[in-house]
Amino acid sequence: MKLKRFEEIIGFTILGFSAIIVILILGTIIVNIISYGSNAISWEFISDFPKDGMTKGGILPTIMGTIFVTIITTLFSIPIGVSAAIYLSEYAKEGMLTRIIRAAIRNLAGVPSIVYGLFGVAIFVQGLGFGSSVLSSGLTLGLLTLPWIIATSEEALKTVPHSYREGSLALGATKWQSIRSNVLPYALPGILTGSILGLSRAAGETAPILFTGVVFFVPGLPDSVFDQFMAMPYHLYILSTQHHAIEQVRSLAYGTALVLITLILIMNFTAIFIRFKLRKKFQM
Amino acid sequence: MQTTRKTFRENMKALEKELICESEMVSVAIDRSVNALKDLDVEKAKKVVNDDININKKRWEIEEQCINLLATQQPVATDLRELIAVLSISTDLERMGDHAEGIAKIAIMHGNKPLIKPLTDVFRMAEKSTDMLTKSLEAFVNRDAEAAKAICGEDDEVDKLYDQVYRELLSFMIEDPKTITRATYLLWAAHNLERIADRVTNICERIVFLVTGTMEEIKTSNY
Amino acid sequence: MNNIIIKDLSLAYGEKQVLKRINQEIEEKKITAIIGPSGCGKSSLLRCINRMNELIPDAKIMGQIIFDKIDIYDSNTDVTEVRQKIGMVFQRPNPFPKSIYENVAYGLRINGLKDKNKISETVERSLDDCGLLKEVKDRLHTSATELSGGQQQRLCIARALAIEPKVILMDEPCSALDPASTFKIEELMVKLKTRYTVIIVTHNMQQAARVSDTTGFLYLGELIEFGNTKKLFTKPKEKLTEDYISGNFG
Repeated sequence: MKLKRFEEIIGFTILGFSAIIVILILGTIIVNIISYGSNAISWEFISDFPKDGMTKGGILPTIMGTIFVTIITTLFSIPIGVSAAIYLSEYAKEGMLTRIIRAAIRNLAGVPSIVYGLFGVAIFVQGLGFGSSVLSSGLTLGLLTLPWIIATSEEALKTVPHSYREGSLALGATKWQSIRSNVLPYALPGILTGSILGLSRAAGETAPILFTGVVFFVPGLPDSVFDQFMAMPYHLYILSTQHHAIEQVRSLAYGTALVLITLILIMNFTAIFIRFKLRKKFQM
Repeated sequence: MQTTRKTFRENMKALEKELICESEMVSVAIDRSVNALKDLDVEKAKKVVNDDININKKRWEIEEQCINLLATQQPVATDLRELIAVLSISTDLERMGDHAEGIAKIAIMHGNKPLIKPLTDVFRMAEKSTDMLTKSLEAFVNRDAEAAKAICGEDDEVDKLYDQVYRELLSFMIEDPKTITRATYLLWAAHNLERIADRVTNICERIVFLVTGTMEEIKTSNY
Repeated sequence: MNNIIIKDLSLAYGEKQVLKRINQEIEEKKITAIIGPSGCGKSSLLRCINRMNELIPDAKIMGQIIFDKIDIYDSNTDVTEVRQKIGMVFQRPNPFPKSIYENVAYGLRINGLKDKNKISETVERSLDDCGLLKEVKDRLHTSATELSGGQQQRLCIARALAIEPKVILMDEPCSALDPASTFKIEELMVKLKTRYTVIIVTHNMQQAARVSDTTGFLYLGELIEFGNTKKLFTKPKEKLTEDYISGNFG
């Protein structure tokens, strides 16, 4: 009896400790970034262009660049990803082909992001002739998020009880009517959360955009999707490793990191909020 | 309470009606057979014999419906006792019909020879038993155990009448052996009526069982 | 007459033969019960009648089911039309996570009805037919998932009735319900048979005995006996039926 109790306490302590470590790491990162970065934050920092070889001024073009590129990623990956997920989970007959497709998706999710970057160069920049641009970068990031969106959407579709589909079909609905009005709405919270989380990851990626459209500096904001652009992750990378006066711009680098992390957290919280709202609406 | 088992209730109501119909047929048969004997009316007696076939048919119908309800509706508790009561009452009624038929056959055998005595007591026995029968069916419809027990008490009167008839007829036979055949006929008729009244007490015992759930022999007669 | 005529119907899931050449006419406006041990194919048979078996991968169906003068398995027959005419209620109540009103209106909307008044009218009538209207009258727009199990099942029946089918298939509709709800649904079935053909699959033979006019006993994919319920439960023709209904199986 006593030994059992002892084992229980030990086990519990180890597990609890592991959880605390995770929280500590996350906390340290955030505290670190806030404490170094908050000095740099000002209205000017987020609303102005960089000045004097990046040593002064703001990071507006990088924020806007990241937002633009994420919008393109969203427009590309959500429709295609969700459609593919619907096809896989609702229409495709289980068999060799679907197994291969699923394996491919899982493997794609594991491909290093730099490889996506190279692929983007080959396909979008050169192959399709989009050049080094917001479009090429957005599409490359789209490819990166696609496996994630397909996987989470398929998962979300699978959680919708089979009985809803049956009930709808038994009333004489077509397959598409059933999916549209009796499956998709209930899978939507899952799909949206999964997608936003995927997109927020993409927004923070550097490697895929490195070769496909991001630049260290352009005067002004991009006018069209074929323009080159600045982006926060890349800006952060330059400021902290490639700048001629690294020490001088350290606080700007932290400031950029803080803005980036805030943007990503906002996206994540939006995802949580949407999930909560829709869940409540459908009472699932 | 029982609203959800509408089908079963409707079936039971129909069955009850059938049972009352059977009891009315039996009452008519008793009444007719005794009258046939009293009036020495062979035709009337033959009608009773013929009509008994209908009583038997009715009983088979009721029994079949009971079996169907048992098989398909799986009644329990009061519902089950009700169904069993209907089943057993209809059997008792059928037997009573047979007794009436017996009296009618006696009337046929008796033919148009004059009666050795007026049928006053036998007639009273018949009246008494049909009255008990009617009341017992009423008690059944009203699920009235007290009334059923009271009806059992009335069986004593029939038994007393029977005793009286028996002794009277015995004295006839001793006085004049030529009357033996006709006296025996009347004795049989009286005996049949006595059996009919006994069957009514069976019905009453069923009613008590239906209402209270206990089977008891209701103490009636010292005879 | 609008009987359902099943001709030489066979069904296999992959290699497994589930139904073996079933031939049977099912009378209209009667309750027909299909009983049999688990796995005998009774639910499969039911699901053949509104072509729900097609949803199961590698289900192979052969033979014909004639209803309303057409073979429902004919290549020209529109499956959605078949399912509109032959509605279905499932084993577990499956209300959609919408309001009570929207659940019943759903079938009307997908079949293209737009007139709001007409929808409202039909919803109320269908709920009333199922004895549910007076229970939910003042909360038509609250979620259907808040109803009790028995109410949910009656809602599913109302939902099926709303699109005015001619046949209602019920796949063990009471197996997830308590006795009181079960009796309510049974009474509802008896009420419905004046207007609809009802076919019910049940593993509860007492239920089959109570509600149905005709009973079919299915065993290992074959229809062993089919006939008047009273007869089947009092003097079955087949030894196998007798053994099953009296519980002497195996």
